[in-house]
Amino acid sequence: MLSYQTPVKKSARIFTDGVKAGIPIAIGYMPIALTFGLIARTTGLTFMDAVGMSVFVYAGASQFMALQMLAAETGAIEIIIATFIVNIRHFLMSASINERTVERSRWKKAAMAFGITDETFSVASLNRDKIEAAFMGGLILMSYGSWVVFSGLGYVIGASLPEVLQKSMSIALYAMFIGLVVPSLKKERKALALFILSAILCSVFSLFIPFGWAIVAATLISSVTIEWAYGLLMKKEGEAHV
Amino acid sequence: MFSSVIWVILGMGVVTYVPRMLPLVAIKAEGVPPFLQGVLKNVPFAVLGALIFPAIFTIQSGSLLHITWDDFFFGLIGGAMAFIASYLEWNIIFVVLSAIFVLTVYSLIL
Repeated sequence: MLSYQTPVKKSARIFTDGVKAGIPIAIGYMPIALTFGLIARTTGLTFMDAVGMSVFVYAGASQFMALQMLAAETGAIEIIIATFIVNIRHFLMSASINERTVERSRWKKAAMAFGITDETFSVASLNRDKIEAAFMGGLILMSYGSWVVFSGLGYVIGASLPEVLQKSMSIALYAMFIGLVVPSLKKERKALALFILSAILCSVFSLFIPFGWAIVAATLISSVTIEWAYGLLMKKEGEAHV
Repeated sequence: MFSSVIWVILGMGVVTYVPRMLPLVAIKAEGVPPFLQGVLKNVPFAVLGALIFPAIFTIQSGSLLHITWDDFFFGLIGGAMAFIASYLEWNIIFVVLSAIFVLTVYSLIL
């Protein structure tokens, strides 16, 4: 079947897959982006600044942090440094996607890099064996679109969702993360080991260091340790069979 | 009040984009040693562990240091629903909607 499809048709289908995979992200971003728009307004930002931040930065946690810092009249350089620190974790995600992508064009890679967030990275990594630029395109259209549009709406309406719904929808992205990872945890013991070790480390680290660093440290330490441990295990099993 | 906000935004944009872009543009996938390839393939599972815990229990308070019982039960109930739904391999949309639904009911009866 596959071989009869023209490349254009095939990439259109992959793009559509990306759009579909982006639906839970779009839902999950909605309450957060609405709140961002609302707080940006009460902080005293103009509409252009609020939407501009979502358009140019597109990174939730750092945008909320920037609002707090602007309200406290923190200097620009400090805000920018703090943003860099919170968002450095995307470096790891980008390196991991680079390992899995079939895309060779640097321009397309540079374009899809803009859309790497915790959520798009998780969806792409757990949905695709080989990550195509077309898939990322569809995924980013949904997630970035939701983020920007609902940031603006939150500002304009000056209100978020009804309180009960606003609160219960705050679980959406975590539910999505769980929904993405559990099927793999059921099947692969290595995935389970990575997940548990990193969850424990991040919980402990979060007591001492900012969450951006806690995620980076927990991810790095568990990815390296488990890889090393599995290497030893495989070697041992290999020797046992000789 | 914030006439210079646009410069803050552009600065934030640059320092956010560079870490997202550098590995994808600068690293040749073929040149990565096998051990490091393995490590990078581990990253998604480790990232998900770190993204879910402890954050799912601290949605309102933002930190384990300030966690409340309300926060804890909220994450526990929503997380448990999502876990059951995904263990049964429901479509991810329904995993998300079921967690929202259960927490809406929980908030309304509380």
